[in-house]
Amino acid sequence: MSSPITGPARDPLWRMIALARPRGVRFVLGVLWGAAATGSGVALLGVSAWLIAKAAEHPPITALSIAVVATRALGVSRGVARYMERLVTHDAAFRTLADVRVRVYERLARTEPVRRFRSGDLVSRLVSDTDATQDLLVRGLTPPLIAVVTGGATIAVCTALYVPGGLLLAAGLVLAGLVVPFAAAALGRRPGERQAAARGELSTALVDTLYGAPDLIAYGAMDRAVARVQQADTELTRVARRDAALLGFGAGAAALITGLTVWATLLLGVAAVADDTLTSISLAVVVLTALAAFEIVAPLPAVAARLGAIRASGARLFGVLDTPPSVDAPETGPALPDGPAALRIRDLRVRYGPGEPWALDGVDLDIAPGRTVAVLGPSGAGKSTLASVLFRFRDPDSGTVELGGADITAHPVDAARAAVAGVPQDPHIFASSLRENLRLARPGCGDDALWDALRRARLAHEVEAMPDGLETEVGSHGTRLSGGMRQRLALARALLAAPRVLVLDEPTAHLDPDTRDAVTADLLAAAEGYSTLLITHDLAGLDRVDEIYVLAEGAVLQHGSHADLLASDGWYRDAVALTNGAGAG
Amino acid sequence: MRPLDPRLVRTARAVRVHLAVTVVCGAAVTALILLQAWLLAHTIAGAAEGAGPRQLSWAVAALAGVALARAVLSYGAETAALRSAARAKSQLRTRLVAHVTGADRAGGEPQTAWLAGASGTGTPRAGELVTLATRGLDALDDYFARYLPQLVLAMLVPVAVLVVVFGADWISGVIVAVTIPLIPLFMALVGMHTRQRTERQWALLNRLGGHFLDVVEGLPTLAVFRRAKAQAAIIRRITEEHRTTTMATLRVAFLSAFVLELLATLAVALVAVQIGIRLMYGLLDFETALLVLILAPEAYLPLREVGARFHASMEGVAAAQQVFATLDEKAAVKDDGAAARPAPPPALLRGPGAAAPRIRLDGVTLVYPGRETPALRDASLVFAPGRRTLLTGPSGSGKSTLLALLLRMREPTGGAVRITPADGPEIPLADVPADQWRALIAWVPQQPYLFDDTVAGNIRLGAPDADDAAVRRAAERAEAHAFVARLPDGYETRLGERGARLSAGQRQRIALARAFLRDAPIVLLDEPTAHLDPDNAAAVRRAAGRLLDGRTGIIVAHDLGWADVADDVVPIHAGAIALTDAAEGA
Repeated sequence: MSSPITGPARDPLWRMIALARPRGVRFVLGVLWGAAATGSGVALLGVSAWLIAKAAEHPPITALSIAVVATRALGVSRGVARYMERLVTHDAAFRTLADVRVRVYERLARTEPVRRFRSGDLVSRLVSDTDATQDLLVRGLTPPLIAVVTGGATIAVCTALYVPGGLLLAAGLVLAGLVVPFAAAALGRRPGERQAAARGELSTALVDTLYGAPDLIAYGAMDRAVARVQQADTELTRVARRDAALLGFGAGAAALITGLTVWATLLLGVAAVADDTLTSISLAVVVLTALAAFEIVAPLPAVAARLGAIRASGARLFGVLDTPPSVDAPETGPALPDGPAALRIRDLRVRYGPGEPWALDGVDLDIAPGRTVAVLGPSGAGKSTLASVLFRFRDPDSGTVELGGADITAHPVDAARAAVAGVPQDPHIFASSLRENLRLARPGCGDDALWDALRRARLAHEVEAMPDGLETEVGSHGTRLSGGMRQRLALARALLAAPRVLVLDEPTAHLDPDTRDAVTADLLAAAEGYSTLLITHDLAGLDRVDEIYVLAEGAVLQHGSHADLLASDGWYRDAVALTNGAGAG
Repeated sequence: MRPLDPRLVRTARAVRVHLAVTVVCGAAVTALILLQAWLLAHTIAGAAEGAGPRQLSWAVAALAGVALARAVLSYGAETAALRSAARAKSQLRTRLVAHVTGADRAGGEPQTAWLAGASGTGTPRAGELVTLATRGLDALDDYFARYLPQLVLAMLVPVAVLVVVFGADWISGVIVAVTIPLIPLFMALVGMHTRQRTERQWALLNRLGGHFLDVVEGLPTLAVFRRAKAQAAIIRRITEEHRTTTMATLRVAFLSAFVLELLATLAVALVAVQIGIRLMYGLLDFETALLVLILAPEAYLPLREVGARFHASMEGVAAAQQVFATLDEKAAVKDDGAAARPAPPPALLRGPGAAAPRIRLDGVTLVYPGRETPALRDASLVFAPGRRTLLTGPSGSGKSTLLALLLRMREPTGGAVRITPADGPEIPLADVPADQWRALIAWVPQQPYLFDDTVAGNIRLGAPDADDAAVRRAAERAEAHAFVARLPDGYETRLGERGARLSAGQRQRIALARAFLRDAPIVLLDEPTAHLDPDNAAAVRRAAGRLLDGRTGIIVAHDLGWADVADDVVPIHAGAIALTDAAEGA
C-alpha cells in the first residue's frame, strides 16, 4: 500500500480519508448510533401507524402490547441515540485529528517547504486545511453512511410489506438524497464562482478605501473611493439576486420529490387495497413510513455542498505535502569537526528554478574564526538566499560551503545546523513562556544559562522587572513583547544554541529607527567572540564589524573593512555619505 | 442574542419586505401541512373502510396538488430569501461604508479617530471592517434563507397544529399543549447550567486550539534549533488534551439538543399510544386517530429545526450587530458642513497654486481618547510661508500627532491651530472646511498606500483630471519615470493589491509623484527614507528636494538626516516642543 501522503495523484477526498485512516471501531460505532437515532424516528411513525391501524380493527389488548412497548421505547431511543452519536463521532474525529496533525507535521518537518512559511496567511490556511480532514469525517462521511444504513433498512421493510411502495420509496430517496444534492451543488458552482469574483472586487475596493483612508482623505479622493465600493457592491448584489433563482432549485426539488413519493405510494396503495392485494394496515404503515423517511436524506444537500470545499482543502493540503524536500542531505553521518574553524564559501550559485535568474551568482566569502562579517546590499541582492543556504533551508546549485574544511551540505541537516545557526528572518516567538522559548535552543538547560544569554542580549533587566520573570507568557507571536524585545529574545535563544557560526538574518528589519540602532549595537556586542555573519540592508553600526561584503544582483560588489571601503570609491562610500553625510548640515 | 434584532428590521428595508414574504409563505406552508395531513388520513381511513380508488380519487389528486404547491412554495421562499439577503447585506454595507468614510455627513468628515492613524498603513480596525463587510455579512444568507423562515414556521405551525388536534381529539391536544412549552423551558434550564461551564473552558480551548498553528508557523525556527522532529509528540499530547477538554464541554453542550429531541419524540410516542388504546375501545374513529398521529410530529419539527439552525445563523446576526455598533460611533472631527461657518477667506478657496498661509500652533494639546498623558502638550510653533521646518524626536514623541493635526485627521483637545492667509487676517483653522484646507497640502507619508489601480491612476489621486503629460512630468520630477517606463504597460500597469508590484522605494517615489501633481503650497514629509536602502533613499532625497523648492515644508524625521534641507530644526520630546527660533516666533 502506498503512503497516503506520498501516494500517486488520486482524488484528494480519498487521500484525505487515507490520511485520516479513520479510527475504525469508533467511527463505525458513531455511524451505528446515528442510524439508530434516525431509524428510531422513522420507525416511531411506522410502528405507531401499525398500532393505530391494528387498533382500528378492535383486537384484544394483548395484540397491541408489543407495539405499545415498542412505541414508548422508540420515543426514548431517538434522543439517547442522537446524543451518543454526536459524542462518539466528535470523539473519533478529534482522535483522528491528532493522528492527522502529527502525520502532516512530520511530513512538513521532513520536507520543510520553507518558502511557504513566508506568508502567515498560507500557513494558517494549511492548518485549517489539515483540520478539514476532521470535517470530512464528521460532516462529510458520517451523514451519507447513516443515510445508507437507515434508508436501506427502511426500504427493505417497506418492500416486504408492499413491493411497489418499497420501490417508490427507494427511487424517491435516491433522487432526494443523491441526485438532487449533487445537481444542486453543480448548479451552485457557477453562481458561486461569479459571486466570488464579484466579492473579490468588492473586497479589494474596501481594502483600498479603509487601509488607504489617510492617503484618500489627505488628497481629497475619499468620494471617488466610496463610489468605487458602491459600484462593486451594486454588481455583487445584482449577481447574487440573479443567481438566487438557480440556488432555490435544491429546496424546491426536494419538497417535490417528498410529496410525489407519498402521493404515488398512496395512489397505488389505495388501488391495491381495493384489489385485496394489500391490507389497510400495511397501507397505513407504508404511507406514514414514506412520509417520515425523507428525514433520512435531509442532511445530504449540505454534505454535497460541503464536499466541494473539503476537496479544495485537500487539494491545497496535498499540494504542500507533495513538495519534495528542499534539501538533499544524508539522513545520518558524522558531526562536523570540532574546534575553531573558518567558514569558507566558494563560487556559490543558487537559483529558484531552471530559467530563473541566479539569486546568487558565484559568491566567495570567508569568515575567519571569531571574526564578525557583515553582508550588505539592497533588497533582491541575494542576501536572504545566502542565509537560507547557511541555515540549510536550500541546497546550492553549485559551489561549496565549508566549515573547517568539511562541506556542510554533505553532512546531515541537523549536524550542519548544530554548527551554523542563529536568528532567521522573522524569527518565530512561540505562544508560551520566556523560559520555554529560550530552552528551545538548549533543551533542559538550567536558569543560570538562560539568564546569562538574556544578559548578553541585553534583555535581562527587562525580564527581571516582569512580575513573572522567566515564566512570563509572551502571547501569540510574542505580541506581549515589544519589537525590540522580540529580536533580543531571538538573539538570546541563538546564543544559547552556541553554534560555531552565528548567522543573523536582517535582525532589525521591522524595528523603528531608534530601536534599530540600539539592537544592532547590542547584537554586535553580544556576538563578540563568535564567528558571526550579519546580514542587513542597514548601514548603522557597520564600523564595528571586521569585514563587509556588499552584495548586488547575486554577486560580491565590494569587499573589505569599513575603513578600506570608505577610503575607496564605490557603492559603500556613496551609501554612507547619503545616510550620514547629509546630517552634518 | 436575540433571534430577531429590532435594529436589523428598522435599518434595512429589505428585511421588512423579507419578513412579510416569509410570514405569508409560512402561513401558506402551515395550511398545506394541515391539508396534507387531513387528505392522507382521509384517504387511508377511506381505503380501510372499503372506499375504492374512484371515491378517493379527488383526495389523491388533491394530494398531488399539495405536493406541487409545497414544492413551488419552497422554491419561491428560498429564492426570495436569497434575494432579500443580497439586498439587506448591500443596504447594511452601504450604511457602514458611508458612516465610516463620512460620506453620510454633510461635512464629509470620516471616522478619522481610528481610520486615519496618519501612519499610512491603516489600522487593525480596517482589516476587521473589511472582513465584517464581506464575509461577516455573508453569514446573513443563512440567517435569511434558513433561520427566519424556520422561526416563522416554529411560531405558526405548533399553534395551528394544536388548534386542529384540539378540535379533533382534545386529550391529544392537551398532551401536545403541555409538552411544547416544556421544550424551550428545559432548553433554557440546561443552557443556563452549561453556559458557565463552557465559558470557563473557553480560554483553555483557545490556547490548545492555537498550538498547532503556532508550531507550524514556527517550523523554520524550530528547524534552525534542530527541534522540529521532537515537536510531533508534543502536538499529539496537546491535541489529545484539546480533545478531552472539548469532549467534556460537548458532553454538557449537547444536553440541550438531547432534551429537545427527547421531549419531542416522547410526546409523539405518548400521543400514539393513547390514541391507539382509545381507538381499540372505540372511543375514537380511525380517521381522527390518523390525523392526530400525522400532525403530532409536525408540531415539534419546526422547533427542532429552529434549534439546530440557531447557532449557525447567529453568526450573521452577530455581524449585523457589529455593524450597528460601528454605526453608533461618533466622528472624531467635528465638522458640521460649510453652511454652519463664516465664509472662508477667498485666498484659501483658490486651492492648489494658492499662496501658502502662515500656520501658527497656539498652545495646542492633544490627548487621545482613553489615554491620560497627552500626545502633544501645550505646543506653540509657527510655520512661516516658504520656510522648511524639520521636526525631530524619537518615536512616540508626538511628531506624527503634529502632522495629524495639520492634516486635520485630529482636532486639538486644547489650544488652537490658526492660519493667516496671504491677504487676510488670522483665523482659526477649525473655521476652514477640512477638504478646502487639505487641498493646500501635499502629504508624503512614511508608508504611502498604493491602490489597486494603474500607476497613472495612483499618481492622479489628488488631481483626477490631470492629463497624461502632467502625470509623466510629475513622475519624472519624483524620479519615478525610469522604473515606471520599464513596467510591462508603463503608466497603465495595474499595481495589484496595495501596490504589491513595487518595492518600498518605488512606492515612496509614486507618493512623491502624487505630491508633485497635487502642486500644493504646503508639503508634509513623514520619515520619507526611514525604511529604504541607500540607493532608493538617494532617489527619494533628490525628488523631495525638488518638491520642497518654493513651498512651505514640514519634515518629520527621527534624526538629523534631513537637517541640511531645513531652515529650522525643532526637537520634540515626550509631546513637548523644545524652545527654538521657530517656537519663540509663536
